[in-house]
Amino acid sequence: MKVLYPFVAVVALVLIAFIGASLPGGQYLFGVVFPILAFAIFLVGFINRIMNWGKSPVPFRIPTTCGQANSLPWIKQNKFDCPSTGFGVIVRMFLEIVLFRSLFRNTKAEMLDGPKIVYGATKWLWLFSLLFHYCFFVIVVRHLRFFTDPIPGFVQALEFGDGLLQVGTPVLYQSDVVFVIAILFLFLRRILLRQVNYISLPADYFPLFLILGIAITGILMRYFIRVDVVVIKELTAGLASFSPKVGDINPLFYAHLFLVSTLLVYFPFSKLMHLGGIFLSPTRNLANNSRMVRHENPWNNPNIKPHSYASYEDEFREFMAGADLPLDKPLEPAPEEKEEKAE
Amino acid sequence: MVKKRENQDFVLSLLQERKGDAMYDGGKIIPGLVIFVGLMTYPIWSGNAGTTPKPVKPTGHEKCVKHKEFMRTSHMVLLNEWRDEVVRDGNREQIHIGDKVYDKSLQNGCMHCHTSKKKFCDECHNYTAVKPYCWECHIQPKETI
Repeated sequence: MKVLYPFVAVVALVLIAFIGASLPGGQYLFGVVFPILAFAIFLVGFINRIMNWGKSPVPFRIPTTCGQANSLPWIKQNKFDCPSTGFGVIVRMFLEIVLFRSLFRNTKAEMLDGPKIVYGATKWLWLFSLLFHYCFFVIVVRHLRFFTDPIPGFVQALEFGDGLLQVGTPVLYQSDVVFVIAILFLFLRRILLRQVNYISLPADYFPLFLILGIAITGILMRYFIRVDVVVIKELTAGLASFSPKVGDINPLFYAHLFLVSTLLVYFPFSKLMHLGGIFLSPTRNLANNSRMVRHENPWNNPNIKPHSYASYEDEFREFMAGADLPLDKPLEPAPEEKEEKAE
Repeated sequence: MVKKRENQDFVLSLLQERKGDAMYDGGKIIPGLVIFVGLMTYPIWSGNAGTTPKPVKPTGHEKCVKHKEFMRTSHMVLLNEWRDEVVRDGNREQIHIGDKVYDKSLQNGCMHCHTSKKKFCDECHNYTAVKPYCWECHIQPKETI
């Protein structure tokens, strides 16, 4: 059920777009109104979510320590896996965001006869998620050719590099092939691995199906049921300048666009927000310097003053002495007693 | 189950109380958001919608080898087929459309009618950043006009 429902939802979205775009006025609705609305929801929702996170206090330093922390001078610190400086944090975040360093550490536990548990490295998830994210990035940047005029040089350069093998016409993009393979890997992983399957939810499958749907409709439009890109660019570049012209476009395009619109709307409310969230992960972006810098819990009540043990003892010394509790500073004899002794 | 739910709500409400309007690390988050929005809206502020390409139609020729809709979306497939047939199989059989005869050739066929690369091919190709590699083998025709 948790696989079937998201699948049915994505198929339904495609059908809605097919039917909707064939109705009178539907082309304007699916080609102009929904995409603009979706983009607005995406931006506002994204900002809202980030602001909400920014307002959440982080009372403690909670970096995950993936290496030797800063310690005595002769103990070598792992500066990027347990950073204690701002620079170290920047390097750590860079490696995390660009190379998925924490996924690279992924291990798999296996029970052998004995019984004996062994841990081994598994890099497959790291490899395919890296491929998936980079292909997605390349594909998104490549699509700028539909939204800009003149088309910036880096988009053209990227497109040239992506089609370097010059297979077929229109030229095959390598990123398209790798992208679909990577999505299928990420999907099959959730199906075939028992433990991963157990913890997977519809919210995990839905974005996978959605993105796969976007990829398939896009691939069909480029390589198989070729569509007229000039008419499409008139619409999409028009969207970017708020003067869209709706021409005679293949319904497949509306399915593609509607799935993308859905993705944009879904984005700020789902796990896809890890795009922004990775930057705000306190377990990654905090320096492990609790022993060098005093961090105050932002929600501390300012009326409650710090109360050291010494002052605590000062306040309750007599009672503590009366209860025979050990004292750092012994109770001085009362002045009257002193006088008595002196006499 | 209900009890658990209530407990969760209570904890959440405590957390909400902690959350004021103050932002932590706003000095880093706000510039980050500005950069993000700037990148996402790049197409909006970078340029304009551009001008719709208007490829010049040939004069004195009415019909192409295929119908207009096919040519608009799939001319590259046809060109690829022709290339394979001519270059690899040596099949230069001419194409008869009505009473007209066309050479199975880019320069002697297509460009017999569509004389200008600049005013026909490049119009749409530049608009959509398509760079066909025809002219890596063919010698690019000199523009007469």
